[in-house]
Amino acid sequence: MSAPMGNASELRQTPLNAVHRASGARLVDFAGWEMPVFYTGILDESRAVRTSVGLFDVSHMGRIWIAGKDAVAYLQRLTSNDVEALKPSEAQYSLLMNPSGGIIDDIIVYRETDSSFMVVINAGNAAKDIAWMRSHIADGSGSDLSEVTLEDRSEQTAMIAVQGPLAPELVAKITDNPELLELGRFQYAKGAIAGAEAIFCRTGYTGEDGFELIVPAENAVATWTLLVEGGAVACGLGARDALRIEAGYPLYGHEIDDTTTPVEAGLMWATSLEKSDFIGKAHVVEVKRSGPKRKLMGLVLKDRIIPRQGYTIYASDGVEIGSITSGIFSPTLNHSIALGYVSGSYAKRGGAVLIGIRDKQIPATIVPKKSLLTLSE
Amino acid sequence: MAVVPDNLKYAATHEWVAMDGDIATVGITDHAQEALGEIVYLDLKGSGTHVGHNDKFGEIESVKAVSELYAPVSGEIVELNTEVRDDQSLINSSPFERGWLIKIRIANSEELSQLLSAEDYSNLEH
Repeated sequence: MSAPMGNASELRQTPLNAVHRASGARLVDFAGWEMPVFYTGILDESRAVRTSVGLFDVSHMGRIWIAGKDAVAYLQRLTSNDVEALKPSEAQYSLLMNPSGGIIDDIIVYRETDSSFMVVINAGNAAKDIAWMRSHIADGSGSDLSEVTLEDRSEQTAMIAVQGPLAPELVAKITDNPELLELGRFQYAKGAIAGAEAIFCRTGYTGEDGFELIVPAENAVATWTLLVEGGAVACGLGARDALRIEAGYPLYGHEIDDTTTPVEAGLMWATSLEKSDFIGKAHVVEVKRSGPKRKLMGLVLKDRIIPRQGYTIYASDGVEIGSITSGIFSPTLNHSIALGYVSGSYAKRGGAVLIGIRDKQIPATIVPKKSLLTLSE
Repeated sequence: MAVVPDNLKYAATHEWVAMDGDIATVGITDHAQEALGEIVYLDLKGSGTHVGHNDKFGEIESVKAVSELYAPVSGEIVELNTEVRDDQSLINSSPFERGWLIKIRIANSEELSQLLSAEDYSNLEH
């Protein structure tokens, strides 16, 4: 059989790299970073997040600070969602879009004050996003966007996600801060952990409750250790991917890229068409008006064989109707599931389809992407 | 470090062979199951299928990757392991014993001399 695995060198390392190595994690190259894909196993780690509490090093993601008199106008133009709807200490999922209505990255925007924000961006898109964002400061487009500062603080900080039904309780206990439990989803607060100031955001990418913590880089190991000692199970990127697919969340480079619009990706909730304008808005309005040609849907299989990105989806009469963007053997459901784009009229809940998996045609049922965990038997 | 039992023969494609008369029991090595990760799906050609040397006799899938399985010797598949069909994790936990995959009645015993010893398999660049 074909065997994967080679040695990675010249990869960037997060402040938690030594901890991952010491725990025997299987390390891989992810977007140029040396990251753990699993510690004990993807299935066990995923199940730990769904039943108790898991811990993820997500320090490889970019964290940039935007501030200045024109910060609001700037972010309103560059992002799809409405930052004016954010009160300080609130965050929102949003999109950086290009003028053709395609998606440059999916991001989370956190409002610190009236005129300062933090933006978390995907590791694989960090350089692209920062270049794009810098190019729009004082771009002479007519709107005055010159009083904006952009500071990349990715290297000075680390980010750790604590996720699972027992996660909020664990974080509140370790920080001796029960008020954290009052935070609603997408709200955040400043506090302290392992002796240093930290940001506690009630956000996550797993479909479970929990927090994402931003700490100074030099406190990452102490923070991680405290959480592990408190019972959190270390989880790698393999589990992270399985969990987000189960939750129906997109991953850049799979469900979204610079050719996909939020309309077809089911991400209109991350846009605000009430805003007077944002880059890409005109195209989004047009696609929404005429109707997208395809829609991102969930697919449920009875089998264990895994539908992978690029595999074709067929209607039961053999007509090609779409393709898979992500698929996994679901650790929670114990059968395989997928996300994929399905053409117009076929993109209906309950639709019976076939997925071409190498030399086989495997039956699957279309479900809304948010219902993979609930509608499956 | 992956285990490589001395009493077995190996293919460079990471299958192992145990001979008993003219029946070859075939599975994948500890190195292979470790590289694959948790195995969730197995598809094997049926009993009665004739396979040539290096013909594909199935595929094995983990959360991360799919790999093809290549027959280290030619012959007729005479038995499939029904235990692993129901529990693929046996391939990870016991790749050389309970995790065996197929048995082949070999057609050409000279092919056995082309297989690698444990030492030669261990020395392959992994």
